[in-house]
Amino acid sequence: MDSRNFTYMFYGFAAAWLILALYVVSLVAREGRLRRELDSVKKMIGEASGK
Amino acid sequence: MTNMGNNILYVMGIVAGLWLARNVHEIFLGLPDEAAQGAIYRILFFHLPSWFTCFTAFLLAGVSSILYLTKKNLVYDTFAVSAVEVGTVFTVVGLTTGSIWARIIWGIWWTWDPRLTWALITCIIYAGYLMLRRAIDDPTARAKNSAVLCIFAFASVVITYKAIDWWRTQHPGAVLSFRTGGGRMDPAMESILYQNFFALLLLTSVLVVLRMRQEAMSREIEGLRRHAHAL
Repeated sequence: MDSRNFTYMFYGFAAAWLILALYVVSLVAREGRLRRELDSVKKMIGEASGK
Repeated sequence: MTNMGNNILYVMGIVAGLWLARNVHEIFLGLPDEAAQGAIYRILFFHLPSWFTCFTAFLLAGVSSILYLTKKNLVYDTFAVSAVEVGTVFTVVGLTTGSIWARIIWGIWWTWDPRLTWALITCIIYAGYLMLRRAIDDPTARAKNSAVLCIFAFASVVITYKAIDWWRTQHPGAVLSFRTGGGRMDPAMESILYQNFFALLLLTSVLVVLRMRQEAMSREIEGLRRHAHAL
C-alpha cells in the first residue's frame, strides 16, 4: 500500500471508530441509568400503593 | 423486547461488525493505490458511506414524522428520534473524516465551501431537534413539534446532497456512477464503498432499535412518574 499520508489516514479511521465507540458506550450507560430509574420509580409506586 | 428479538439484534450486530472488519481489510489491503492522494484517499470509504447512512436515517425519520402527524401513534415519534440521534452521530463522523482528508488534500481543516457549510448546518439542525425534545415536557406536544421540525429539516439534507451540483467550488464533484453515469471511479472501489454503506446501515439498524427501546423505557418512566404524582 502507498504509505504517503498514512498518519492522517490512520487519524481518520481512528476518529470514525472512536466517535462510533463513544456513542455505543453512551447508549449502554443510558440503558443502565434508565433501568435503574425505572426500577426505582416502580418501587416508589409500590411503596406508595401499599400505604 | 422478547428473547427472540434480542437474539436477532445480537446476530445483526455481530454480522455488521464482521462485515465492517472485512471491509476494513479490503480497504487497506484489497484496493489499488490512488495515484495522486496516497493512503489518505482510503478515508473516503468511510466518509461517503457515513453521509449516505445519515441521509438515509434522516429520510426515514422524516417519513416517520409525517406518519406520526397523520396517525398520532407515538411509535413513529420513537423511531424518528432514534433515527435522528444515530444519523447525527454519522454526520459527525462524516464531518470529522472529511476534515482530516481536507487537511492533507487542501492543506486546511475547514473552508466555508457550500457543501461543507450545508453539511455543518444539517448537523446543527438535527442536534437542535434533539435539544428541542429535551425542552418540551409534554410527550404529545414534544412529538408534534419535533415531527414538524424533522420534516422541514430534511430540506437541509437535500441542499447538502445537491450542493456539489448547484455550486461548483472546492468540494469534489460527484464520482459515483449512479450520479455521473460511470467512468469517474474504479468499479472495485465503488463496490467496497457500497458494501461499507450497507454494513453501516445494518449497524445503524441495530443502534436505532436499541435507542427505540430506551425511548420506550423513558416514556414508561414518565408515565409512572405522573401516576406516582396522582397517588
